[in-house]
Amino acid sequence: MAAGMDAPPTRLIRLLQLGHVEAALRAQSIWQCVSCQTCATRCPKSVDCAGVMDALRQLSVERGAATPEQQRTVLFQKAFLNNIRRNGRLNELELIGEFKLSTFLHGRSLSFLLKDATLAPELMKRKKFHLVGEKARDRAVLARIFARCRDESHL
Amino acid sequence: MNLAYYPGCALHGSSNDYEQSLRACLQTLDVQLKEIDDWICCGATAAHSLNQKLAIALPARNLALAENQGYREMLAPCPMCSMQLLKARKAVAEDEALRRSTSEIVELEVRGDTQVLNLIQLFEKIGLDRLKAAVKAPLSSMCAACYYGCLLTRPPEVVEFDDFEQPRSMEKILGALGAKTVDWNYRTECCGAGMTMASEQTVLELSHKILSNAQAHGANCLVVACPMCHVNLDMKQPNIERHYGVKHAMPIYYLSDVVGLALGFKPEALGVNRHFVCSADLQVGMSDASPAKRGTGATGKVGT
Repeated sequence: MAAGMDAPPTRLIRLLQLGHVEAALRAQSIWQCVSCQTCATRCPKSVDCAGVMDALRQLSVERGAATPEQQRTVLFQKAFLNNIRRNGRLNELELIGEFKLSTFLHGRSLSFLLKDATLAPELMKRKKFHLVGEKARDRAVLARIFARCRDESHL
Repeated sequence: MNLAYYPGCALHGSSNDYEQSLRACLQTLDVQLKEIDDWICCGATAAHSLNQKLAIALPARNLALAENQGYREMLAPCPMCSMQLLKARKAVAEDEALRRSTSEIVELEVRGDTQVLNLIQLFEKIGLDRLKAAVKAPLSSMCAACYYGCLLTRPPEVVEFDDFEQPRSMEKILGALGAKTVDWNYRTECCGAGMTMASEQTVLELSHKILSNAQAHGANCLVVACPMCHVNLDMKQPNIERHYGVKHAMPIYYLSDVVGLALGFKPEALGVNRHFVCSADLQVGMSDASPAKRGTGATGKVGT
């Protein structure tokens, strides 16, 4: 995966060693990363590069530092977590709806909004598409878990 | 054998064909799956990308649910789920303060002593000899590229499964089913994982390389044990073909599909007919299958 990155893991680690956190946060690669764990697994110095990527992503969101090119992935991950907080289990249709709407409001790209729309009937034909998603029963506990995980006093 | 079952969101969503085939196989092999009551999502990439605490808490709640429901072992057939569960288990096992605070967060005592198995490990536990003895239709026409992807073997210190550079466990299972396997280069490369929606180009590029390499090494199908790998290699294959102007026509099977076919199930009973790339002529006993006929479903038609 590192081949197509503007700043592959090795470069990000070096930037951080030199204290250039802002430059690391501007790298497209932190949101291009697919978390395949290859960098951390093969690092000859046992650096947990994949963990560093996670830390950089969290820092990027906390600081609102995501660049416009990075935004789409950020919005997807946020929509995913919102969905889990509400339902306990992923509702794919709702996720796609929230993601498409938030990217549209952000970038006003009509072509991205409509992209993959033809996939819905194909999935329906294969009984892989659920209009009503599953939900966990105890969703109140999820709200509390999410609230506590946002609270610095825990963990 | 009784086993707790953590399906995860994918297997109850658009990857319900994976659940269909693994349930069919396991029932025949006398494995009773007991779904963990009121399980929740493991958080997947979104949690570990956005909130480290959630990335531990969400899987930890599922571990605690399984433990409280009296299970010592669980099957998590999605490698993302099983890796997240194992990561949380390892984190609380190594840090008592974290174990206590996590238990408070998830409102259940997390002991972290439940074993988490992926599907390959479950077949190994059932035993290759037993599997071999149960084969009714050896897969003589199959020449499979076993594809492990990322999270079955990585991070190795978390999942502690097989050789992380040269895994062989799926090849051994395929061997027991009478199928041939090929040596190829992309067995542990990434398919693009959860980027399907947010960055399709990443998926197209990585998955195209995987399909091309498997083909170049003589494979007539790919075998996966991950719902995301299946989505990217099967559902996205028509897009890959359009984008690169090639014809892969490469059927993608779940590991439980090939076990099921060898056990004598009809493809429809396994959900194989619900894949995007048609694989009708590769099925059991059809050793005269002509490669030219393969994968007519890649144009988007429902496989038969």
